[in-house]
Amino acid sequence: MKEMKIVKSELASFLDSLTSEYKVFAPVKRDGFVAFQEIHSGGEALLDYVNSKKPPKEIFLPQSEVLFTYRLGGEGLGIEEPTFEDKPMVIFGIRPCDARSLVILDNIFNSQEYKDVYYTNKREKTSVIAIGCNQPSSTCFCTSLGGGPFSPEGSDLLLIDIDQEYVVQAVTDRGEKLVKKHSQFRQVKPRGLSLMQKVTQKAEALIKSKVETGKVKTKLDGMFEDPFWDWLHEKCLGCAVCTYLCPTCHCFDIADEATDRGGRRLRIWDTCAFPLFTLEASGVNPRPTNKERMRQRVMHKFKYFVDNHNVAACVGCGRCIKECPVNLDMRAVLNSILIR
Amino acid sequence: MPDTSVMIRDTAKKLLDEKRVDLIIGFERGTLPLRSTPCFVRRSEETERLIWNASCENNLARYLRGRKEKVGIVAKGCDTRSIISLIKEKQVAREQLFIIGVPCHGMIDRRKIEARFDGKEILEADEETERLILKGSDFTEIVNKAEFLHNSCNICSYKNPVIYDILIGDRVEEEQGIDEYEEVKEFEAQPADKRWQSFTNEVSKCIRCYACRNACPLCYCQECFVDSPQPQWIGKTTNLSDTSIFHIVRAFHTAGRCVDCGACDRACPMGIDIRKLTKKIERDVKELFHYQAGVNLEDVPPLAAFSLDDPQQFIR
Repeated sequence: MKEMKIVKSELASFLDSLTSEYKVFAPVKRDGFVAFQEIHSGGEALLDYVNSKKPPKEIFLPQSEVLFTYRLGGEGLGIEEPTFEDKPMVIFGIRPCDARSLVILDNIFNSQEYKDVYYTNKREKTSVIAIGCNQPSSTCFCTSLGGGPFSPEGSDLLLIDIDQEYVVQAVTDRGEKLVKKHSQFRQVKPRGLSLMQKVTQKAEALIKSKVETGKVKTKLDGMFEDPFWDWLHEKCLGCAVCTYLCPTCHCFDIADEATDRGGRRLRIWDTCAFPLFTLEASGVNPRPTNKERMRQRVMHKFKYFVDNHNVAACVGCGRCIKECPVNLDMRAVLNSILIR
Repeated sequence: MPDTSVMIRDTAKKLLDEKRVDLIIGFERGTLPLRSTPCFVRRSEETERLIWNASCENNLARYLRGRKEKVGIVAKGCDTRSIISLIKEKQVAREQLFIIGVPCHGMIDRRKIEARFDGKEILEADEETERLILKGSDFTEIVNKAEFLHNSCNICSYKNPVIYDILIGDRVEEEQGIDEYEEVKEFEAQPADKRWQSFTNEVSKCIRCYACRNACPLCYCQECFVDSPQPQWIGKTTNLSDTSIFHIVRAFHTAGRCVDCGACDRACPMGIDIRKLTKKIERDVKELFHYQAGVNLEDVPPLAAFSLDDPQQFIR
């Protein structure tokens, strides 16, 4: 992988040139917190931030998405599928943990066996430009999940902040093409590369939270009936903060919105935290209480997903830890599993 | 005077040792600075976990319903007001509870601190009586706690537990002359379109996670109207019409019951000013029915009251 550089003062002009060709999403400040939104000029992108409140997964898997609309007319039932935009997309400024989360989501929505058209359509035409984390937060534990503050997985380009400029790594062919096409990318000097070494080492050392997640999986293999689950959920409110703000949580439900002569079918986010989750039409729910639902969340992330896809459904972004209203800390949960 | 945490531990230990309660619900040290977390203690030796500080912000009354055992609960003023509401609504029996009342100086709103430090992370926080010593990777700052309290704490006039079986430490002097409805009055004074705009600005942030509902001690419907699949009363999306209906109906459902503990606000990850609606309704109930929820065990809640002298014809 060949490194290039881009001077910070030229970043806005690079983004400007992208906006003519691509729909560009970038972090911006909105309602007091950081969100990924479409920008129309390079200057709108926020560069100095830790991470967005909501993960960028919603660009590909929106909280609600119309699958089709229908109408009963004189000629019978008419079904209309949504049209997809042709314009390619760029996510700029995504963090490496969230970029990795897209690769994890691909296992579900864009795999060899199954391609979800709604997700795939957006995903395949999107270039991912990540910025590494010089200042990871105390709740970050990406290095315990196979990622890191400068992990390239899931990115087409990875930018590393070395003060006045970014070192740019072209991770994929798509990234390489972007670099070649735009004049703002230049040769990086050896001094830039040695600065990059320093920056990355420093940031990695800042990540103090460590959980041996590999061992968690082995433990969980035999823990389905463990009394551990009897008390783990006790303080959990059963809200959806952790799952809705999780970059890898992807459970969804189908909802119909009907009027007298028509309607629409939607895909909406679901969450294992709610009593409606897996409630069957008969009225039976195999996960009737908070206990089973909490077990499902932990098992799905750290056992079932590993069984099925050989990777945990967690990137260690720490959003669930930061935002839980009762401070139910996933790191503490995992560590208490390890001592069972 | 011994430390409040120590007194809570001693009381909890005694209660468990003497088998007067089966469970203590209190707070323990959280995993992040400025965070404490609810804890459930059933064994005497585990009472050491219990603590008290200005980040014990959750309303523990939320954990009382549906329990068969005898419960000791650590409760600040607002928690005891919620407990009173729950007793009146027959959701929990007074005899089942041992209330460990703790006078409260107000709880820290960590989001106000985050805003003050503009994204710089607090890595360590030491709490003193009046001050917080906050440390980040390259700074140490001392701030006054009073400047960073939750909005509901700033206007609280029930800092002392309203009911209790034991009071830990000295009573706190209640603030005099606070107009708790100042913000409500400002809101009421605006024209309808401005009020609607300010309401929709808030609820447009909603992600339907229901943290507000689930943190609220009084939101305990067996099936919340938003969860009913048939009939489906409300759409499932985060469209403004759906989120508005959710927040309006929830607020109405707290009428005459809400004690303004602020649990909904504190739980909301999106920073929605949920109290704007509930506080307005609380004021209406006070003016129209002369009732304030959770201030004593005697007053009959307006929704449970019936009077032959009722000025409204339709109710007689």
